[in-house]
Amino acid sequence: MTRLRSWWSEVTLLRHLVLAAAGLLVVVAVLESAGDFRSLQLASMAYLGLAAGGLTILTGLNGQISLGHGALMAIGAYTTALLLPDRESSTPLALVVLAAVGATLAVGVAVGYAAARLHGPYLAGATLALAVAVPGVALFFKGRLGGEQGLRVVLPDIPEWVLDLAFFVTGQELTRSRYVAYVAWLTLVVTFVLLANLSRSRVGRRWRAVRDDAVAAELAGIHLGRARVSAFTVSAAAAGAAGAMMAITVRLAAPSGFTLNLSLTLLTAVVLGGLGSLTGAIIGAALLTFLPQVVTGWGTDAGLSDIRAAELAPLVYGLVMILVILLAPSGIVGTLRRLAVRRTRGGPEPAPPATDAADPAAPSSSDALTTTSKGTSP
Amino acid sequence: MSHPLTGESPVAGPSPRLALSDVTVTFGGVTALSEVGLLVRPHQVLGVIGPNGAGKTTLFNVACGFVRPDRGRLEWRDQEVTGLRPRDLAGLGIARTLQGLGLFDRVTVLENVMIGADRHTRSGFLSSLLALPGASRDERALRERAREVLDGLGIAAHADRYPASLPYAVRKRVALARALAAEPDLLLLDEPASGLSTSEMDDLGRLVRELTERMSVMLVEHHMDLVMRVCDEITVLDFGRVIAHGTPDQVRDDPAVLAAYLGETVGEA
Repeated sequence: MTRLRSWWSEVTLLRHLVLAAAGLLVVVAVLESAGDFRSLQLASMAYLGLAAGGLTILTGLNGQISLGHGALMAIGAYTTALLLPDRESSTPLALVVLAAVGATLAVGVAVGYAAARLHGPYLAGATLALAVAVPGVALFFKGRLGGEQGLRVVLPDIPEWVLDLAFFVTGQELTRSRYVAYVAWLTLVVTFVLLANLSRSRVGRRWRAVRDDAVAAELAGIHLGRARVSAFTVSAAAAGAAGAMMAITVRLAAPSGFTLNLSLTLLTAVVLGGLGSLTGAIIGAALLTFLPQVVTGWGTDAGLSDIRAAELAPLVYGLVMILVILLAPSGIVGTLRRLAVRRTRGGPEPAPPATDAADPAAPSSSDALTTTSKGTSP
Repeated sequence: MSHPLTGESPVAGPSPRLALSDVTVTFGGVTALSEVGLLVRPHQVLGVIGPNGAGKTTLFNVACGFVRPDRGRLEWRDQEVTGLRPRDLAGLGIARTLQGLGLFDRVTVLENVMIGADRHTRSGFLSSLLALPGASRDERALRERAREVLDGLGIAAHADRYPASLPYAVRKRVALARALAAEPDLLLLDEPASGLSTSEMDDLGRLVRELTERMSVMLVEHHMDLVMRVCDEITVLDFGRVIAHGTPDQVRDDPAVLAAYLGETVGEA
């Protein structure tokens, strides 16, 4: 049994592909029973999940905080909008998405290089500037980027073979909303497989090493700057894919969609779900997407007016946030993992949460470099 | 007794691994190291001792690239490496343990050690992204190597634990395992015995001697009995200067060393 388990944990690609296939089956099952409205909702859950997945890699595995992921999504979305201006545009959707990812990736490299020397609040500040500046760029270049109104995104016709395939597999006509949802979830699954591969590889291990102790990581021969830039770039690419999915879901790329609020919301989703966990990113995205609707429903049931009921959602979200941070600082997934392990004693315990205080017996590495422990002299 | 103060090779023999000559380091007017020279020969344990504040840790920081000397020269296998960064020196085969251990707290013991061996992997970003067979092979080899090192230090049972949950002595071994996994040619041990019991210290002494079959060791340590037992040669620092150098017996009887430790002037000793 243990042998099987260790084999399973070592065949990285196979495991990730099996999980991806299972995930896709769930997606098909859910989407086939969803109407148009629900499909679009699920599509927005997918793009939020994509962006949160990228952010959780950056923050959870590499310890960098970004308040600029909303802006990175904007770059993906605007690239998509520029490439899909009208129905006649013949660029295949896959290429459009790749272009959006490529554009965001390029910005990610540039920002990553600037950010590699910054830490904690300084990095947050620098990426905050990105969040503020990018919508401003869209406003400034009114003629090209549509100003306040933004750019309309025209979804190309669904390819014949996709329609045929969908009908063959599900026996239903593929609506455009459902098509968008499929594209978004397929993008999410592919991206997550790649992110999971990285996370389990030496690349991800280096990111963690740099996060936990930069001095020791450098002593192990790790290039700190390269590790930080690569983490930021990968994260930005995921945000770019998310932006592209957002553009085809809401059929618009406008500054109002990429406020600082979006960046902050993504960060809360990642913390709620559990830092560094891709499953956590999906859970966080689900909360973001469905909590407002559910809570508003409760409000109207309780006899509140529509406006009052709508005001409940941020309140409840804030409360959930506070409760998670107080009671489950390692996020939903981190805490579930802990509970599961406690039940099956003997397995490896889960990683301590980010908030664990440093062990007093072990001075931090910066101390180690500058101080001498006053040991016994001869 | 030969002083390598001038950096000229004082003793005939195999060419040194690490050679420092005339190394001076100042921190804002305070001189931490002054014209220090020393040699680490292959398969040798070199001890660096001295009273607190003598500059031992600064010397280590120079040797592993964290501190760039104001003056002087670092040579590694007869190549000048002055001013290289720690990651470059790590790539050349210099590994170091930290006084504060500096373990990666949120990855397992096994992964800590795998990170130590990182310089021996070749697979790049793309093969990691796509989990190509090359990357998986690399991973397996890395995991094997890490397990062997843990096994060799008798802590394989803790491979899947997280460092924070382990006793201090085990954590020290993990830190050592991480440095050894790099298979260095020179291992810098910064106070490896602090916090260890007498029997653990005996084990450590035996281990360090065994290591000389594969590498040179440079050792900063306060426990004199361990230093005297383990080292082939000892360099004594005081106020940033080399005040003595030689075999343990030579150093033990050196009046300058006694003076430095007991606070007397050389004349009275």
